[in-house]
Amino acid sequence: MKKNIIVAASGIFFVGLFVLATTFYNKQQDEDLNRASKDNIDNVQRDHSAIMGPLDAKVTIVEFFDPACGTCNAFYPFVKKLMDDNPGKVNLVLRYLPLHQNSDVIVSILEASRLQDRFAETLGRAYQSRERWIEHHVAKPQKFWEQLAGLGLDMQKLNEDLQSPETARRIKLDMQDAQALNVNKTPGFFVNGKRLTQFGYQQLQDLVESEIAANY
Amino acid sequence: MTEDKIKTAEQQAWILIFICWLIAMAALFGSLFMSEVMGLKPCLLCWWQRVFIYPLAILFLVGLFPKGHTEGNKVDPSIVRYTLPLALIGWGFAIYHALIYYSIVPEALQPCSEDLSCAQINLQLMGFINIPMLSIFAYSGIIGLLLIYRKRSFQ
Repeated sequence: MKKNIIVAASGIFFVGLFVLATTFYNKQQDEDLNRASKDNIDNVQRDHSAIMGPLDAKVTIVEFFDPACGTCNAFYPFVKKLMDDNPGKVNLVLRYLPLHQNSDVIVSILEASRLQDRFAETLGRAYQSRERWIEHHVAKPQKFWEQLAGLGLDMQKLNEDLQSPETARRIKLDMQDAQALNVNKTPGFFVNGKRLTQFGYQQLQDLVESEIAANY
Repeated sequence: MTEDKIKTAEQQAWILIFICWLIAMAALFGSLFMSEVMGLKPCLLCWWQRVFIYPLAILFLVGLFPKGHTEGNKVDPSIVRYTLPLALIGWGFAIYHALIYYSIVPEALQPCSEDLSCAQINLQLMGFINIPMLSIFAYSGIIGLLLIYRKRSFQ
């Protein structure tokens, strides 16, 4: 056999094996993730979590998010649009998974803002001003604090609430649930308890639409 | 040597370098699979080992098709000169990594960042094969074959 044929065949063999192994591995992972979310269905949603949209909607998106995460920021308007496009049918449960350094302080501020009924506004501001309070992937809580002007927040109460044991307990529980469900990247989505295994806008939209079709 | 014998010797030399290329390719695709598909983050020492084995996958391929000899079974005669140094340095990193992995060198001396320990066990195949060991196998295989090739070509 000619050597260039042998070499070309070997190259194709390697690429083919890689593609095959990747497909197989991803399929296996998807099955594992689906099993993990089925086995731990109670961990997907908790009563304490922030919820947006109609409470009686039959399709619930659960998003594990980190306000310091750029992809979460990019997905936020998309998820809102999904809710607007299907009025009354979809709501969103937001759960904390602060993976960036110091991001846990930012999510405690978010959680504390709920007690003043300013969660959506505070989260909107957090995403909107992201570049001003993140430096080299590290969240700067002091700088974030400065961005909160004009939201009608009682800053003293906010400061007290963000240090409360209940706030810490909720964030810890969210993070433990994420671990139990094998969510180690943000945003992590579940739609009616079903895990979004292949990540992407279209994939999320498809999953939401299939759940709408099944429930309405 | 008769012409036939030269031809056989050339063919054997070509196969030696071809196997080196196969090993480097297996290391390339294997490590990419672990980091990009399985999501295992490479630690600092893993990166240093990648630095020296990735170019080998290309250098051996080029060496298998020397200029003006695309038809026969000739290998670039100076291939050992530019591939063996890379393999030896990479082998050094692989050995150092294994020493850390098996706690022969204390943790405190390792140059890894805190969040990604080189001593952490990420992957175990059949109970005893791990990533630093695979790296040592790959580098040792390449070095061994290159030394055989060099010895033969001096005869």
